[in-house]
Amino acid sequence: MEKVYLTIVLAPLIGAIVAGFFGGRIGRRGAHSVSILGVSVSAALSLYTLSRFIWHDEGTFNGTLYTWMVSDGIRFQVGFLVDRLTVLMMATVTFVSLMVHIYTIGYMADDEHNWPHDSKVGTNSYQRFFSYISLFTFAMLMLVMSNNFMQLFFGWEAVGLVSYLLIGFWSVRESAIFANLKAFLVNRVGDFGFILGIAAVAMYFNSMDYKEVFARAPEFAQTQVAVFGGVSLMTLICVLLFIGAMGKSAQVPLHVWLPDSMEGPTPISALIHAATMVTAGVFMVARMSPLYELSDTALSFVMIVGATTALFTGLIGLVQSDIKRVVAYSTLSQLGYMVTAMGASAYAAGIFHLMTHAFFKALLFLAAGSVILAMHHDQDIRNMGALRKYLPITWITFLVGTLALTGFPGLAGSFSKDAIIEAVEESTLYGAHYASVLLTIGVVVTALYSFRLYFLVFHGKERMNDHTRHHLHESPWVVTVPLVALAVLSAVSGWLAIEPLLIGDWFKDAIMVTPAHDTLMKIREEFHGPLQYVIHGLHSEVFYLSMGGMVGAGLIWWFVHSFNPRIDEQIQKYSGPLTWVLVNKYGCDDFNQRVFGGGSQSVGRVFWKGGDEVLIDGAIVNGSAHSVGRLAGLTSRLQTGFLYHYAIAMIVGLVGLLTIFVAL
Amino acid sequence: MIALSDYLIVAGILFSIGVAGIFLNRKNVIVLLMCIELMLLAVNTNFVAFSHFRHDITGQVFVFFILTVAAAEAAIGLAILVVLFRNRRTINVEDLDSLKG
Repeated sequence: MEKVYLTIVLAPLIGAIVAGFFGGRIGRRGAHSVSILGVSVSAALSLYTLSRFIWHDEGTFNGTLYTWMVSDGIRFQVGFLVDRLTVLMMATVTFVSLMVHIYTIGYMADDEHNWPHDSKVGTNSYQRFFSYISLFTFAMLMLVMSNNFMQLFFGWEAVGLVSYLLIGFWSVRESAIFANLKAFLVNRVGDFGFILGIAAVAMYFNSMDYKEVFARAPEFAQTQVAVFGGVSLMTLICVLLFIGAMGKSAQVPLHVWLPDSMEGPTPISALIHAATMVTAGVFMVARMSPLYELSDTALSFVMIVGATTALFTGLIGLVQSDIKRVVAYSTLSQLGYMVTAMGASAYAAGIFHLMTHAFFKALLFLAAGSVILAMHHDQDIRNMGALRKYLPITWITFLVGTLALTGFPGLAGSFSKDAIIEAVEESTLYGAHYASVLLTIGVVVTALYSFRLYFLVFHGKERMNDHTRHHLHESPWVVTVPLVALAVLSAVSGWLAIEPLLIGDWFKDAIMVTPAHDTLMKIREEFHGPLQYVIHGLHSEVFYLSMGGMVGAGLIWWFVHSFNPRIDEQIQKYSGPLTWVLVNKYGCDDFNQRVFGGGSQSVGRVFWKGGDEVLIDGAIVNGSAHSVGRLAGLTSRLQTGFLYHYAIAMIVGLVGLLTIFVAL
Repeated sequence: MIALSDYLIVAGILFSIGVAGIFLNRKNVIVLLMCIELMLLAVNTNFVAFSHFRHDITGQVFVFFILTVAAAEAAIGLAILVVLFRNRRTINVEDLDSLKG
């Protein structure tokens, strides 16, 4: 199986290299063929591996392929750990990536219009895009398949890099450059914590290997370290690693980069900023469950951060008018749900939600992209409306995605989200009650913003201009086929996966949960098949809340909106300060801009003006030149040019020398 | 009988006149050259005097060499002075300050 795993990882890399370096020579067709081929091979083999795990009880693979170096007893290696958690991630990542690759053919077909005509910056942009998304797939696979911290960090940084490249893909747009720099910097903040966490692991365990670290973790459960006045080692490591996850998975307060990352082309919003890369943090916490289980404090921290993200970013989604940004805030909110599940030790539920979310959020993004294509890159939902007539396939698939997102019974989201909410209710950790309340309110909010978006885009009056209306048409098959495939998965993946993932022992080797933290116990006891689970869900408060949100959204943005198109603005106007707070995103952006952006600018100015101009340039560089010049000016006065002065000097010198000579 | 000290005094006076001439002269480069010659002659006088009183002929041999070299030097010095005058139309010491820093 080792060769299979290696192929899974390397196929997208080869595709990326060929499409990236030889894009000009092989042309568009060549580039998308080769990268899709690479990802297809990867996806097919991942699904094959998944099937081996399901039906043939394939054993966990944990092997090292290459030792990079050995330093002070720590081995830095490239290796794979393929267990049931990994294989699920591999299948999700490669499948969604494949769908996005296919979709990209349609979405980027007219990409040359996005570049200035009088410059060559857009040359081969199509091929470059394919190269990047294949490279991303490689990086993400390296991340999830890693069996040690070093490779995890490699994958972690590599997805960050590709994300940077793709957010700023349209590099001639000011806003895109701003957004990708922002994403990169915010991720650096998280990565700083992450690498400190890895350093702590290396320091105490003297190993980078998951297996060794996890095996020896209980020895250190009681260890205290003298940081911040003494904390438990496990808490320190887990919190630091989670800070990395907060950056990558966009948790409050490091969430600010994700909405801005919508500047990138829509396919990568679907792939990177919804389905896969942002879930790296969630995956990492699940992978590190043997560490997190040893620290209640870290779990509480994770849960509180996750729940805060889940509700408060969802609220911002209510006031956004850019179709992609609404979906982006919903991504933030759903990531919050996953992270909260991690905090409640419901790792299985979190990963389950990660998987279903990957499907329906990729679907929502791709459908939004289809809408954007039809609207000629107008992303403002205030200019849309009644698109269901023009884009039937997009409409249906978007509806499926929205229902799955809001947790409509029977669709994928309902299974995973209900499980998370129930698990958090069961949790006894500090902050669990807070998290539980926030997540429950979050359900209404999710329904409200999702259906607001849905009704404004697909129902009501047509608000686009005539030119756009005449050109409205359904997207080509390369766009709609991935939509349908993802819609099918959004509908059925919950039914198929809930039993093995949550109830069965699918994760028995991969995820460790101590009995005291086993919050999924209740679900497991009450579970009698997926159908019964759905029916049971119909009686829960979560269902009523989400239905309430849906009906409320329908009333406001479909019914009222059809004879009062200004209702959205009016609501925002009458809710005054609340809207103001939401539109300003709780001031996070302003705060960062002023304090961190402005602060580092002033620090930079101090170093520039004071350090560089005064000290280095003024004192050292020009200063030494000036003092030499001044000294030379002084000595040159001695040179009068009159012969007799020189003669005097010679005679005085001679007399002096003679005196010394004679006197001594 | 003229004593050694008398010669030395004469040589000292001559040397001092030469030094004073260099110090005081503000007019003519030729005077400078003459002053240098004067200083040389003073030193030569010392040589001859010491040679005579110490019965050592080496000093007088040196004087011949010095006189020869001084003559050559004076010739070259005057030649330079002529060229200088052609270029600058002056040999006034006050004007010759192109070495000034």
